[in-house]
Amino acid sequence: MTSRKVLLIFLACVVLVFPTFAQELRGTGDLGLIVERAKGSIQLIDTTKHTLLQRVEGLGDTSHASAVFSRDTRYAYVFGRDGGLTKVDLLTGKIVKRVLQSGNSIGGAISQDGRFIAAANYVPGGVKIFDSETLEQVADIPAYSDATQALSRVVGLEDSFGNRFAFSLFDAGEIWLADLSEDPRHPKLTQYKNIGNQPYDALVTPDGRWYVAGLYGEDGMAVLDLWHPEKGVRRVLREYGRGEQKLPVYKMPHLETWAASGNLVFIPGVGRHEVVLVDISTWQLVGRIPVAGQPVFVMSDPTGRRLWVNFAFPDYDTVQVIDVESRSIIHTLKPGKAVLHMEFTPRGEQVWISVRDANRVDIYDTTTFKKLGELPVDAPSGIFFSARANRFGL
Amino acid sequence: MKPYPWLTTLLLLGCALPVQAENLPVARQQELTRFVRQECGFCHGLRLTGGLGSSLTAEALKDKPAETLIATIRYGRTGTAMPGWAPYLSEADTEWIVDALLKGFPE
Ligand code: HEC
Repeated sequence: MTSRKVLLIFLACVVLVFPTFAQELRGTGDLGLIVERAKGSIQLIDTTKHTLLQRVEGLGDTSHASAVFSRDTRYAYVFGRDGGLTKVDLLTGKIVKRVLQSGNSIGGAISQDGRFIAAANYVPGGVKIFDSETLEQVADIPAYSDATQALSRVVGLEDSFGNRFAFSLFDAGEIWLADLSEDPRHPKLTQYKNIGNQPYDALVTPDGRWYVAGLYGEDGMAVLDLWHPEKGVRRVLREYGRGEQKLPVYKMPHLETWAASGNLVFIPGVGRHEVVLVDISTWQLVGRIPVAGQPVFVMSDPTGRRLWVNFAFPDYDTVQVIDVESRSIIHTLKPGKAVLHMEFTPRGEQVWISVRDANRVDIYDTTTFKKLGELPVDAPSGIFFSARANRFGL
Repeated sequence: MKPYPWLTTLLLLGCALPVQAENLPVARQQELTRFVRQECGFCHGLRLTGGLGSSLTAEALKDKPAETLIATIRYGRTGTAMPGWAPYLSEADTEWIVDALLKGFPE
């Protein structure tokens, strides 16, 4: 063997073996990602060490991107505004697969058994279901409404038990339930008509039982009991805010699975600068807490004791913390212009906050409100931690 | 009595539009570019290709009169999610934005 050959073989060994040795074994339970909304990229992060691990590029239009996680919490599925669905390996930072599944998408969900990814689309309106392993399309559900004789934009796509997905038709005012438990290629559809004007987003409670859609076009909300879907959709809170002048809404609020604690769900008022408390057992309004602006996210920390609230333009430099028991604001933070999202670590000891114009993500201690650190991230928006894999509706 | 007062108004408006837009300081134009991409982008998309709000590309707006678009931006559209921006955008700002949207919005 020539020395040249020996050298080549040696080099090949180094190239093949080195990566395995260079990266120590690690878990994924404390990993996550932050969306860089203007760059088409995400940052992978470590919530134990408070570090940026790596930027992953080439995800298309990430301006309203969101993510769900595989049930082994190794992979993230990122839904881009441009209809891109990208599967990213959290450990290697590689894009495993990417498909352009629609023209304009708004988010998605993963089935209870982790086998299917569902994407909610504006253009063309509907839901598409993909195999989570291969991203091969399994089913296509056009949101064609007989009432409007057109495809409707889909919002509020949530997963629940029994491998079901629930979603709302913004233009048609309908809620649909797609059941994949028998034949994933032909989901069984249940359609609820006339559920209210312009459902804009929805949540499911952490137990997966209640699907709650917020209405933009009229007062109140639409509620579906997933234990008893045969009972139909119920309208609740129809009297809330009736006759009151609405304030302009410069950014649509979001409804979050995180906004539930004990028997209560917390809903952003629409056109009203308040957080609304609703008792799940009766679906009655039990409180209204005035806040600094139009709430966008109302998120209960994982202990359910406190709510963290951020706001729409022009109050988006502010975050307020509400104590659930006393229903009062106990802290106000000013992280800076354009707080777009907040995410709690799995047991809630920290909260990570994205501050878009400062190109920064701030990390706070949720008990003392002390800032623990900050990370440079380009125009950060959504923050998603891998522990979401183990919860419904995120 | 002046004949056709509305004609004068229209003419004035027609002349005022491009002039106003040109007159906006470059710094303000840059601010507005960012503002539209970011704040309007929440609903219309960062690339303004539409989302909950309609598409605001030059192609999508080409047959719409500037006056209507200006009024929509300043006062919003009742019954839809489009809010009025008059408290935050002056008339000159709004005219510049519409002019820029119709030409194809800058990056
Ligand atoms: C909270 C969501 C939201 C925000 C923020 C928003 N818009 Fe809109 N906008 C809409 C919706 C919804 C419509 C469609 C209204 C309709 O159905 O007629 C619309 C319509 C429009 C139209 C009319 C388009 C047409 O084809 O007639 C213009 C122009 C427009 N918006 C400009 C803007 C600008 C400029 C901004 C930022 C200063 C902005 N919008 C911010 C929701 C929004």
